[in-house]
Amino acid sequence: MGVFDDLVGQERAAALLSRAASAAAEAVAGGRGAGMTHAWLFTGPPGSGRSAAAKAFAAALLCPDQGCGHCDLCHQVAIGSHPDLESVRPEGLSYSVKQTRELILRAAGAPTLGRWRIVLFEDADRATEAAANALLKAIEEPPPRTVWLLCTPSPDDLVITIRSRCRVVTLATPSTAAVAHVLATRDGVPPDLAEFAARAAQGHIGRARRLALDEEARRRREAVLSIPASLTGVGECVTAAERLVKTAEEEAASATAELNETETAELRKVYGEGSSGKGLNKGLVRGGAGALKELEDKQKSRATRIKRDSLDVALLDLVVFYRDVLAVQLGAYDIELANQDRRADLDRIARASTPEQTLRRVDAIMQCRERLAANVNPQIAVEAMTMALRSPS
Amino acid sequence: MTLVTGDEELLAERAAASVVAAARAADPGAETHDLLGGKVEPGELTRLTSPSLFGDRAVIVIRSAQDLAKDVIAEIVSYAAHPSEDATLVLLHPGGVKGKALVDGVKKAGARVITVSKLTKPAERLDFIKSEIRSAGRTIAPDAAQALLDAVGSDLRELAAACSQLVFDTPSDKKGIDAAAVARYHRGRAEVSGFTVADAAVEGRLADALEQLRWALSTGVAPVLLVSALAGGLRSLAKVGGAPRNLRGGQLAAHLGMPPWKVDRVKRQLNGWGPEGISHAIQAVATADEQVKGGGADPAYALEHAIQQIVANRTGR
Repeated sequence: MGVFDDLVGQERAAALLSRAASAAAEAVAGGRGAGMTHAWLFTGPPGSGRSAAAKAFAAALLCPDQGCGHCDLCHQVAIGSHPDLESVRPEGLSYSVKQTRELILRAAGAPTLGRWRIVLFEDADRATEAAANALLKAIEEPPPRTVWLLCTPSPDDLVITIRSRCRVVTLATPSTAAVAHVLATRDGVPPDLAEFAARAAQGHIGRARRLALDEEARRRREAVLSIPASLTGVGECVTAAERLVKTAEEEAASATAELNETETAELRKVYGEGSSGKGLNKGLVRGGAGALKELEDKQKSRATRIKRDSLDVALLDLVVFYRDVLAVQLGAYDIELANQDRRADLDRIARASTPEQTLRRVDAIMQCRERLAANVNPQIAVEAMTMALRSPS
Repeated sequence: MTLVTGDEELLAERAAASVVAAARAADPGAETHDLLGGKVEPGELTRLTSPSLFGDRAVIVIRSAQDLAKDVIAEIVSYAAHPSEDATLVLLHPGGVKGKALVDGVKKAGARVITVSKLTKPAERLDFIKSEIRSAGRTIAPDAAQALLDAVGSDLRELAAACSQLVFDTPSDKKGIDAAAVARYHRGRAEVSGFTVADAAVEGRLADALEQLRWALSTGVAPVLLVSALAGGLRSLAKVGGAPRNLRGGQLAAHLGMPPWKVDRVKRQLNGWGPEGISHAIQAVATADEQVKGGGADPAYALEHAIQQIVANRTGR
């Protein structure tokens, strides 16, 4: 079976999904199709490949061979051009009830190629509560051939009424060896680099791949991990916080600037800018300003999200660092250290503090994440964190 | 022909009024036309400025000249090159890029330009108060002027009104207006910025800081701004306090990316602060920000608590 082979370290889930795909084929052929259902919830820690698993399942449903991995339909699913696969990936901070209602309408159509109509909703936890409520009815009783595939880190991220309407597929954190193997075989990464990236990413496949392939990502991680050792005085704490926030802002800016520009230009064109002819070329037609404003809001929300996500990656790297410190302090030598390459720093900080202080530091980082999610000014939140990392009490 | 440009409404108004008054002094029968930029039709100006059969003079005031239509601007600019002897034209433009063609064109044609800009420095506002009182034939003591500015705020229209009221209310046999006279009619503060609160808190003046905080909140300063001012104050402390010891003066300022006067002030404020104290104070501010953003029931309480924590940590080393 082709499509499920690409899932890393998810043998159990793959077996379950391919059984369901066979049942689905049976249902399409007019059989009972026991084992297939209309709503699936893919959960698993970040990086375990939730959306990859959901995509593979979608391919298995749409492919006449239940996911051979090399036919046209499988290929279309892989590149996201299959007409019956509706992929949703919230780009902003949240997914609104208005967007959800539109989505439900699209999901209600009959499949065009005759098998299934599939809605793949990545990061379904971004849906607001009102949006989740709007989904309820659609998920409970979809048209006979519509299948919902929702992805969230944990089943608790969705309201219970949605959770109870879905069949849950739990993905496991892939082992370092499995991730390293995939990087080496699929992306052609040199084995030692693959090993390093897999260890540093702690089972997060996407992050491991980025670390392995992107020099910039590695450099950024180095910069973040040099923070714990640099926090000698309050001045350094403020500087480190400033740098963290600035890096996140730059990342957001570089990720969005070009995209924003093309989107805005497109929209202006739609509203008649640059058109020529009698009575035209008078700037935007009616409604253009409002639409532009709406687009700007959307772009701003997306930039904030990217900024937060990139800060979050940095904070999680720090958590892993202090986890390693704790492992050293407690003498847990059978635990694989994610930051083996920074052994000297780990040992020094482990000697200079107690396990209790290390836990307090981890708490401070977690509190910072909570604060960021609660919309606290990033600089203030990160400063409070670096201060707490310097002198945990 | 006069162009009044600038964003200080009261002064622009006065400049226009003085031009109009001068024209009417020269010819009491002059007819005044008061027009709004957005409503001026093409051709209207030509009609108004053309010589009248009876030889009457015309005074035309156009307010919000930035809203004038393109055709009208062209009309005015071409008129400016050959102004009529019988007409006085006053244009009020708030500055900025809107309607810039008008400003440039009229300037080029040699119109008289009066620039009125917003007063930004407190000293300028004090001078304004003094000149207001002086023009009414009275004087005001410096501390009285300061008290009036604190109580009324920075809006010139309100200041001018308060001045004329004061001149009217105080007995005219005494030439000077003193602080007691001001205190009789005005008290409190109209404007408190977050920075005033932050400075008081960082310098350990608890009572002062809390009082300023209440003023700031009741005059409508957003709690979020107050939190970020507090955070900014503490951040400067941490930066200056943690700067390398061998840097001095301009070098230090450049290293920190702050203006030199600010470095000096923060250095004075650092008195009584230690790293642990700064660290705890910043924690308190972060907590306050979280509460202000909806994590707590009452933003005012969150801010008060943060200020208390800051002051308590000042001598905490």
